Amino acid sequence: MVRATHWLTFVAFIALVVTGGELVISHPRFYWGEVGNVNTKPLFVIPIPSSRDTVPTGYSYVMPDQNGWSRSLHFEAAWVCVLTGLVYGIYGLLSGHFWKNLLPERRDWNWRAYRERMAQYLRRRPPGQAEESSYNVLQRTAYVVVIFILFPLVIWTGLAMSPAFTAAFPWTAELLGGRQSARTIHFFVSWLLLLFLIVHVAMVTMSGFWRRVRSMITGNLRSSEEGR
Amino acid sequence: MNKISRRKLIYGGVAAAAGVGGLAVADRMAKRYGLIPPDGKGVYGPGETLTYACQRLLTVHMPVREFPRSMISKNPFANEISPRNDELKRLEAGGFRDWRLVVDGTVAHPLVLSLADLKTLPVHSQITEVACEEGWSYIAEWIGTPLSGVLREAGVLPQTRYVVYDALEKNGWESIDISEAMHPYTLLTMGMNDGDLPVPFGGPLRLRVPRQLGYKSVKFVIHITATDDIKKFGKGLGSVDPEYGYSWYAGI
Repeated sequence: MVRATHWLTFVAFIALVVTGGELVISHPRFYWGEVGNVNTKPLFVIPIPSSRDTVPTGYSYVMPDQNGWSRSLHFEAAWVCVLTGLVYGIYGLLSGHFWKNLLPERRDWNWRAYRERMAQYLRRRPPGQAEESSYNVLQRTAYVVVIFILFPLVIWTGLAMSPAFTAAFPWTAELLGGRQSARTIHFFVSWLLLLFLIVHVAMVTMSGFWRRVRSMITGNLRSSEEGR
Repeated sequence: MNKISRRKLIYGGVAAAAGVGGLAVADRMAKRYGLIPPDGKGVYGPGETLTYACQRLLTVHMPVREFPRSMISKNPFANEISPRNDELKRLEAGGFRDWRLVVDGTVAHPLVLSLADLKTLPVHSQITEVACEEGWSYIAEWIGTPLSGVLREAGVLPQTRYVVYDALEKNGWESIDISEAMHPYTLLTMGMNDGDLPVPFGGPLRLRVPRQLGYKSVKFVIHITATDDIKKFGKGLGSVDPEYGYSWYAGI
């Protein structure tokens, strides 16, 4: 279950990142508060050309409009992400996966454990035998932050941009400081998630990319070793 | 090869059967209660349908976010994307006295209304946000008369499922479902921020659909058609948006 939801989320996330990036191109300006448009002062501007000629970018050309399919795919992938997350969340709670594998172990609830683990990474010491089949405190913390903070936040900020959803639940936009704040937070949280993905893949690569990928598909670390 | 226990196999089988059965029931319920949007087919159909069905169940009786007067945008952005056509220029030169709104389709008595006629109807104003699919937004006060009142005046028939609206611009047609059309905040707008609705913002007549993205709030509205069969219009997808990949339902 963990493996199936992992790969579904992976595919959906890639689709969300690509289409999300495409959507930013139609208005590469970000604001804080409720409203923002080309007549208001932006919080920051991404120095890229836009797919709309109404946006002053300083570039003399306009990119092709890809928002149609990008939007449709973005929301469909978001549904895959949310439904998969729901299944994963229920499974994680019922099976004890969260307590057993993700929540940092009780003995690691102190700064020393984090420091030591960090030092081990920085000195490039090879991991102990226990880490072959379990997560250390840094990994657990990263997963907890991604699963219980960043993903919920990116879904919330996404919904806070929906005119119908906020009609039903105005506080979802108001708590964030407004619609444009939600968009800006959505943008940064997406970057954090992408950063996690990059580090995650880098770590997997260091511990043997194909062996790890195969084990995440088959669920069996040892048999894939023997298979070589 | 991994061993698969019998228990796992049984659980898996039951779950799969429940899933397939659930989907079949959901599909029938969705068709029955009109939860499938006109563009609910194709690669993105499942996503469109899930969004539309959930939002309809969740928000059909909800109002819209309104804002205090102090939050009205000082410099709203009109987003004029196509040059004004000759007919619009001609009507503007005449002070829009010749502007007519035709209301027909599945109604008991079709109407032809001038702006003066529309102004005799109950006035409603709302301070709401225009949110564009591109990401920008602004807040303004919109003054006009609810579309629901005009549809009632025309004697809209019970079989009506969609309301199609047409702009003076080429290809400027859109549609919404009947619950959105009868929503008290769906407004035939003639004024903005205590003045007449300026032409760049869609004057003299714009249909504001504040619970959906800006592209559903069509400017220069001249024709409203109630219908029980959306397939008869254009390519049957509810508007031109889906032809370009955009969702028909823009409440997201």
